[in-house]
Amino acid sequence: MDKNRKMKIRRFFLGKNGIIGKIVLYGLLMTIGFVYLFPLIKMFTTSIMDLSDLVNPVVEWIPTKLYLENYRTGLIVLKYGQTLLFSLAVTLVPALLQTAVTSLTGYALAKFRVRGRRIVFGLILLTYLLPQQVYMIPKFVLFDQLGILKTAWSIIFPATFGQGLSSAIFILIFYQFFRIQPLALDESAEIDGANPYQIFLRIGVPLAAPAYLSSFLFSFVWYWNETYISSLFLGTDLYTLQLKLFNFQSQFNLATGISQTVTNEAIRYAATILIILPVLVVYAVMQKWFVEGIDKTGVTGE
Amino acid sequence: MPEMRAPKKPMKREKRMNLVGWSMLLPWTIGFLVFTFYPILTSFRYSLSDVDLDGAGILVTFVGLANYRAAFSSAAGFAFLQSVLDFALEVLFKVPIITVFAIIIAVLLNQKIKLRGFFRAIYFLPVIIASGPVITQLANQGAATIPLVEQMGILDFINATFTPALARPIAGVFDELIVILWFSGVQILLFIASLQKIDRSVYEAAMIDGAGPWESFWKITMPALQSMVRVSVIFTIINLATFSENPAIQHIKNNMFALETGFGFSSAIAWIYFVALALILGIVVGLLSAFARKKART
Repeated sequence: MDKNRKMKIRRFFLGKNGIIGKIVLYGLLMTIGFVYLFPLIKMFTTSIMDLSDLVNPVVEWIPTKLYLENYRTGLIVLKYGQTLLFSLAVTLVPALLQTAVTSLTGYALAKFRVRGRRIVFGLILLTYLLPQQVYMIPKFVLFDQLGILKTAWSIIFPATFGQGLSSAIFILIFYQFFRIQPLALDESAEIDGANPYQIFLRIGVPLAAPAYLSSFLFSFVWYWNETYISSLFLGTDLYTLQLKLFNFQSQFNLATGISQTVTNEAIRYAATILIILPVLVVYAVMQKWFVEGIDKTGVTGE
Repeated sequence: MPEMRAPKKPMKREKRMNLVGWSMLLPWTIGFLVFTFYPILTSFRYSLSDVDLDGAGILVTFVGLANYRAAFSSAAGFAFLQSVLDFALEVLFKVPIITVFAIIIAVLLNQKIKLRGFFRAIYFLPVIIASGPVITQLANQGAATIPLVEQMGILDFINATFTPALARPIAGVFDELIVILWFSGVQILLFIASLQKIDRSVYEAAMIDGAGPWESFWKITMPALQSMVRVSVIFTIINLATFSENPAIQHIKNNMFALETGFGFSSAIAWIYFVALALILGIVVGLLSAFARKKART
């Protein structure tokens, strides 16, 4: 074998893009990916097992038959249709309002040299660093006095005024995005006689469409997954899907009239899947906007 | 204020723009005053008071530092303080794991690979579904543990090796290893974003100078990630601190409606929690900055 050929073979296996490097790389990605998804896979396979499969030590991964009764029970216990609608009311509505208001706030900070801008920035940062837990009790009392406690308004109102879940992050995203928008367009619109609000609606908003989409998606998902504040403000009569899952045992006993002490894990898993299903669907369709949003919106731009 | 003096544009326009800007800030300003600023002040007042709720309204009696004293002397207070201590240990173990894991995944995903979008989607998926109740379900049923951890007797080893105070958090880490990794989705994206800013030609130049991948990683990749490490660590700590199943914040909520404690005590421990969180953040950020400065000097 001549030297040249030996080198070629060597490079094929060990070089920068050699086959061994490739195997290691993809192997790692797939192994970690599998471990990462392990709970989800386990949850899904368990959710379609019947009782005999659950107790059968031989059946670890693949159920002997497709058993959908768990899902039926889950749907009944969660009162799925009705609860889903309410969950959407305290998820979609605040997410939309939060996106609109935080974008307006970010726009004002990016485009106008308003007096006291630094103080506003400082306060926005404060709302990020100060956990909600510190001031949720007076909010609870305030909402009680306003008569909006135990209604969806207690979630919607703060979002409407830019004080929703992680509002600070969204304001900063929009600030970054609007700051790098070229000024020339604004100026030419101004010469054509547009007022600042028209410029915001006609030029700022359309150009920032990706930021809007990403922010809305994140806001939607975060609101969907939030349980701490919502359980406090919504009380025990208004349950979102997440809160029903959290209180699954009592909900199960209530819905079926059977006072079981522990429901089997297959039913719990089926319920869990029913609850992550809406966000999974959104993710499946809009995946690109979640993962690319962070680059595109320039959150990371120093 | 320097901003008022600096630009010498026509006064009228500047004034108008200031007004327009503030008009756009109006919703946020109202919201901040009503839903954040006022509650913060009131919460502080509650923490120094006895807060009684009766049917008609709310009765606030000033009691000085009694609630804070109770936090450090009553059973409910001890339970809370213990959970804060647990949280601090949790940060100590989980933050490095999450950060290192996120960097590794980001570096792997930043290679020239096929199906990059597919892998990225997988690693980000948990962010979409990881709510408190969902994580609780998975952890309770043992789906959050890597099966190997149990089979190899790692937990028994930990319990035998460390004192109980240390063994508990360490065992907890292994017990929920997968869901801990689930908390790194956003951080992975942050690191990918800053990796993509590194010019590929820097790596090529280093390779020509004889640097291997290992050296390139430490000399080129890591320094470029440094500022993002800080952002990611702060994000991780706040994320863990406000995660709905965090025992410390559970204590704050549960004590609100407990017979022997109430709103005043809960407000006091909420402020203690904030001070502890600020301390943790301060220490971690300080350490990271000191480390960065030391690296820069050598």
